[in-house]
Amino acid sequence: MDKDKIVGKPISRLEGKLKVTGAAKYAAEYEVENLLHAYVVNSPVTKGKIKSINIDKATALPGVITVLSHINRPKLAWFDLQYADMDAPPGTVFKPFYNDEILYNGQPIALVVAEDFETARYAATLVEFDFEEKPFETFLTDHTEQARPPKFGLATALKPPPPPPTGDFEQAYQDAAVKVESEYQHGTEHHNPMEMFATTTVYNGEGKLTIYDKTQGTINNQLFVANVFGLKYKNVRVLAPFVGGAFGSGLRPQYQLLLCAMAAIHLKRNVRLVLDRKQMFFFSHRPPTKQNLKFATDVNGRLTAMAHTALSETSSYEDYFESVASWSHKLYPAPNTLFEQKVVPLDVCTPLDMRAPGGSTALHAIECTMDELAYKLKIDPLELRLLNYSDTDPSAKKPYTSKALRACYLQAAERFGWKNRTPEPRSMTRGNKLVGYGMATGIWDALQFPSRVEAIINADGKLILNNAVTDIGTGTFTVMTQIAADELGLSIEDVDFRYGDSQKPFSMFQGGSAMTASTGVGIVVATKELKKKILKVARKMDNFPFAKSDDKDIIFEGGRIYLKADPEISISFKEIVAFNKGRNIKTTNMGKPHMLKLRNYSKATHSASFVEVEVDIELGNVTVTRAVTAVAAGKIINPKTAKSQIYGSMVWGISKALHEETIMDKKLGKYINTNLGEYHIPVHADIKDMDVIFAEEEDELINELGIKGVGEIGLVGMPAAISNAIFHATGKRINSLPIHFDELM
Amino acid sequence: MAKTILTVNGIRHELDLSPWVSLLDALRDRLLLTGTKKGCDHGQCGACTIICDDKRILSCLSLAVAKNGSEITTIEGLGDDDNLHPLQQAFIDHDAFQCGYCTPGQICSAVGMLKENRATTRDEVSELMSGNLCRCGANKGIIDAIMQVKDGGHYE
Repeated sequence: MDKDKIVGKPISRLEGKLKVTGAAKYAAEYEVENLLHAYVVNSPVTKGKIKSINIDKATALPGVITVLSHINRPKLAWFDLQYADMDAPPGTVFKPFYNDEILYNGQPIALVVAEDFETARYAATLVEFDFEEKPFETFLTDHTEQARPPKFGLATALKPPPPPPTGDFEQAYQDAAVKVESEYQHGTEHHNPMEMFATTTVYNGEGKLTIYDKTQGTINNQLFVANVFGLKYKNVRVLAPFVGGAFGSGLRPQYQLLLCAMAAIHLKRNVRLVLDRKQMFFFSHRPPTKQNLKFATDVNGRLTAMAHTALSETSSYEDYFESVASWSHKLYPAPNTLFEQKVVPLDVCTPLDMRAPGGSTALHAIECTMDELAYKLKIDPLELRLLNYSDTDPSAKKPYTSKALRACYLQAAERFGWKNRTPEPRSMTRGNKLVGYGMATGIWDALQFPSRVEAIINADGKLILNNAVTDIGTGTFTVMTQIAADELGLSIEDVDFRYGDSQKPFSMFQGGSAMTASTGVGIVVATKELKKKILKVARKMDNFPFAKSDDKDIIFEGGRIYLKADPEISISFKEIVAFNKGRNIKTTNMGKPHMLKLRNYSKATHSASFVEVEVDIELGNVTVTRAVTAVAAGKIINPKTAKSQIYGSMVWGISKALHEETIMDKKLGKYINTNLGEYHIPVHADIKDMDVIFAEEEDELINELGIKGVGEIGLVGMPAAISNAIFHATGKRINSLPIHFDELM
Repeated sequence: MAKTILTVNGIRHELDLSPWVSLLDALRDRLLLTGTKKGCDHGQCGACTIICDDKRILSCLSLAVAKNGSEITTIEGLGDDDNLHPLQQAFIDHDAFQCGYCTPGQICSAVGMLKENRATTRDEVSELMSGNLCRCGANKGIIDAIMQVKDGGHYE
């Protein structure tokens, strides 16, 4: 009667049918009566003041209801703190329509509300402004002299500053047998999820709003709207059951939410606001960075000294910080180290975490520097990693809860055929293509947030779970159902996981590859308590057959309870709830990370990426023809959806290395390729053979489920693996991403 | 306003539309067929792909009035819960989507692409599907799903 475990099975996404039939509804798609449509007007000026606004032409247009701006907006909260969402960096938060100040190009400066979308869009072109323009600074490498340490605050608790220096870097570097110094530059990138940011606000009477929003955090946005407009938390409900990708852009409430709610409150009407693709470039991005690395080894290739300094962009009003300079010492045990990271405040909007923030930028530089060292030492690049392998975390001087990186290296190298590589650059060819093999390491955090879950057994004997978390395409709905099914011994058909709603128990925003562990542990804790409650009720039943047995000897399986010794005698959940007069049996509990136990450990996921590129000898264009990534991320709940996460992030790695960049016009202080025709991401024809391996990694320390998370780790190693493969193919080191074909001609 | 007749998924609709309403907005906002997605409104992403008079087109680049009299199939018309189109089933089986937002456009585009009968190899299929972007990076699953249906030969 032992039922197979559902955790570990490659189950297809439970919401699959809704997505392939078009029935899944996203934020802009809810049918709402008497709906008004809003359209944002963005600043064409990069810095300055709005001297005047003329809305006469716009409001004269039939169908236009109103034009809102800082001049006629309804009352807004005054304190910065009331705008500070859970992910707000230290500084003075940007408050849309608060005053006449323009802080960055593309800032929202007016909102047109009309009876239909087309009228709102047209009227937005008729709003006239008079600006006072001020000089601006928008280009990172032109203003490096303004670099300063970032301010730290609540939201940066998850992103610690680099560790303090160890040993004597300068002396060790000077004395070293072999050394490499390199500079790396990364440009701005924009998240560009396929669904554009959108909000539908339903006005439910005085002070009451139901909001369909595109977000990674329903509760984060609920609190934000309530705080900004002085509403009661319970009167603001934010729903996001389907989210068309986000990749970090939905970690903070974006301005379309605030403006849509503002219009609804002001007009006492239902309002929809959808950004257009150009406007998707006006609220957050991965910041440009400049990195300098100095690594040195002894004659045998053992690292003796590592220095990593980084500069990254932030806005003039908030200090966004992502860990760039912190990573190398978590991997490699050099005794002499120096790490430093500073920010450069510029007249741009505040950057925001974008898939593998900091890590994907840093590991590109670290792992290309390792490749350079391997060539100087005439050691195979994989050998160099194994030579400097550390089972513990040298930066924290703590053991890892688990670390199966060695298995990742070896399994991926084997699958890829790394041994067929001839080390000399330009030594491998295929027709008129140069062929290159490259490899790199990836490392990422294994985070867990507190998560509160309500677990209910209803009269049908089914398990219902409630939690406010979203599923942004990660597979959360499916894997949470799997975890819950196993915890209570049910089939997935008998589990109903309900999510994407701020009225449900607490969840942090969905980010940092943390959700499977966070919500999963919440489910474990709640279902454990639910079992106790079920038994407590059952023990009151007449002729309860297990009266003499301990709770721990009673097995939950197939919607029934029984003793192992005699599975024939059993009671169903249905019977127990019926005995409970048909009243649901329920509990709400908080799952939390084991902070105390984990204090003595470091925790991380690891990966190894191996890549083959072909570079056209005459044209220099690059194709990633093969890629194998092995990942060590603890227990994999669903190999099918987890693999998709890794494939997806490998595509992001290809994109970061070869395709995507937002181009800033220095003279105008604005981004100029604000559309998907000119902001390149890989198309189907760019994606060739890819393979994913999950290395076995049992972790009994990290959390109840042994989970570490898979959302970002697949991206981290890819850019360096591709850059190193391009060096192997061409003999050219290009340290600025993305790599363009003309640099290889 | 202009009277526009569109037959969508076998149902005839008479619409009174401003001439500047795109076919995409007519489907989403007027007929409430939100399965067809808006990803850029500029013909750059493919999310709004539908089948119009047997050809795959980008509904954001067509004015609805210009399609007066046309026969249109959207994702909602390809299959339903109990009777999925083979491509819809293959997309589920190959986990060919994550967030699901580009999915209806990918599937409609694949239906049109297979009907065109120009692609024989995987590389050709990838090339002819390259007008449909996927930001989640589900590219491998998408092409796997299409190849399975194509090789099975039951995509008509």
